[in-house]
Amino acid sequence: MIFLDLAVRNLKRHKVRSLLAAVGIIIGVIAIASLGIVGSSLSVLMGGLVSDVSDTVLVTPHLAASSGDPFDPRNTLAARISERNLGLIEKAAGQHRVIPMILASDRLQVRDTSGYVTIYAMPAADIPFLLEEEAGIYPQGRSSGVMVGSLLADELDLHPGSRIEVGGESVRVVGIAAERGMGIDINPDYALIVTGDWYTERHGDQDYSRVVVKVGDLSEIEGVKAAIDQQINRRKGVVDVLDSREILEIYYETSDAINIFLLGIGAVSLLVASVSILNVMIISVTERTGEIGLMRSIGARRREVLFMFLYESLILGIAGSLVGGLVSIAVGYYVSASVAEFFTDFAMSGGAGIPVSVVIGYVAFAMAFGTATSVVAGFYPAWKAAQLNPIEALRYE
Amino acid sequence: MNGEPILRFEDVTKIYPLPAGDVVALDHVSLTVDAGEFIAVMGPSGSGKSTLLNMMGCLDVPTTGKIYLSGQEISRMGDDDLTRLRRDRIGFVFQQFNLIPLLSAVENVEFPLVLTTGREESRRRAIEVLRMMHLDDALFSHRPGELSGGEQQRVAIARALVNDPDLLLCDEPTGNLDSKTGTAIMDLLAEENREGKTIVMVTHDPNVAAYARRTVQIVDGRLA
Repeated sequence: MIFLDLAVRNLKRHKVRSLLAAVGIIIGVIAIASLGIVGSSLSVLMGGLVSDVSDTVLVTPHLAASSGDPFDPRNTLAARISERNLGLIEKAAGQHRVIPMILASDRLQVRDTSGYVTIYAMPAADIPFLLEEEAGIYPQGRSSGVMVGSLLADELDLHPGSRIEVGGESVRVVGIAAERGMGIDINPDYALIVTGDWYTERHGDQDYSRVVVKVGDLSEIEGVKAAIDQQINRRKGVVDVLDSREILEIYYETSDAINIFLLGIGAVSLLVASVSILNVMIISVTERTGEIGLMRSIGARRREVLFMFLYESLILGIAGSLVGGLVSIAVGYYVSASVAEFFTDFAMSGGAGIPVSVVIGYVAFAMAFGTATSVVAGFYPAWKAAQLNPIEALRYE
Repeated sequence: MNGEPILRFEDVTKIYPLPAGDVVALDHVSLTVDAGEFIAVMGPSGSGKSTLLNMMGCLDVPTTGKIYLSGQEISRMGDDDLTRLRRDRIGFVFQQFNLIPLLSAVENVEFPLVLTTGREESRRRAIEVLRMMHLDDALFSHRPGELSGGEQQRVAIARALVNDPDLLLCDEPTGNLDSKTGTAIMDLLAEENREGKTIVMVTHDPNVAAYARRTVQIVDGRLA
């Protein structure tokens, strides 16, 4: 292929110019690939933080002002679920486990550190059901002491047997809960877990802040939700019923948005690179106008001239994409390794990291995008070259 | 030959529309070029010599009138067909040599051939034609920038002849050469003509025109 040959030679004739144009593509490809990889690492991180609670239905008091988001602080402050409604929920849930809980916060003092801590109060029998223990025992009855979330225990150096001050009263730590991650039902890692009896003894009887229903069979979630809704919300919205899939969807939507945003930044850098290729190719066509006129006058067809210039930008694109791809694989490996490290550090859902196929996918996507961008950028100059009138081009100085 | 002229112009007019008014470059020109002829086209600048040569070389088509190349009408052909004719049937020699700077001498010569023929065959033929032009073998791999004007023009003539064209068109072939080199180039062209090649040459140098067997004068777009 003499035109491919000519394209290569022309690129070599202007080494620095070709190199700079390729560098633009290299940067663009690296940007797209590594931002893509970073984005999916973030999703993996978020996915790991949201612990797997897909079997959970969460019932929270309905507030006209509330956003429906279970993490909205107004929920806990303003409204409660009454004992009567709890009965209705239990009826609707059938054989599924129903765990009513009270969310509160109180002043915590450990040695000379103090601050406010979230307290989860729930029936003693349900604590082992929701939480793994790391050390000690589960709290029992009304006076046995409290359980401490794992990260809080780490931070304050608490062990079974330690004494802490909650709301001015000295209590004993009986157990440490294992780390659980963020969930839609409870987030116990920085919290205290106490029995409902322990809490009501100190603060009097209270309505519940939320009710968690554990549905063993995922296919029944919709049914349970509908049943609860029907039982309680017959006349007006009294409670909101959410299942964890909806929450996960919010997370995934967020991480998708972040991904698209990051890829967009990468795409902008490739756009800049394509402008530089466009520039280089226009210069090349202008410089070689006489040469093009000659080739056309001795028998090169328009299509052949077009391809000669397309080859140039294609070569720039492929070379830039290859180098950029290799660098991004290195970057991707590093990012992936540090995400995996993060997980092992925090002993989360074991051994997760971004899969190799995702890294390769993003790199391949970036390389294809880089190459395609170059060809698209080269098309206009190539087309212009092909359309030159041979007589005028020959005369061009 | 079969009696059909290589080239026949029938009442050919070429008008270039310009903002300042139309320019008539060729005004009802009729002309026949028979096989084996060596014609010099002479005339002052702006007389339409180049337009005539461009049309003979299938680079341009007339506004009105008809042109036949070896009996085939070319005046209404599309760009691709004209390009194919230039590639296979026409040889061009320019005043500025017009070699492709990226290609070596031998690659320049094989260029028109390589578009249709295999690389080995083209290379063999290119070397053969270059030797006919008395170019030193050692120069074959040189780029045009490393060759003298006379050497470049030999390469250019070799390129024009490599596809064994029906018609060799020369636009001031000695215009950029000193008289001694010019004479050598003209001797080469005369030699080609003696061997049967049809040549049309534009020049305004009477000494160069003297090599031709027929001279055509053109003034203001009309044959005189």
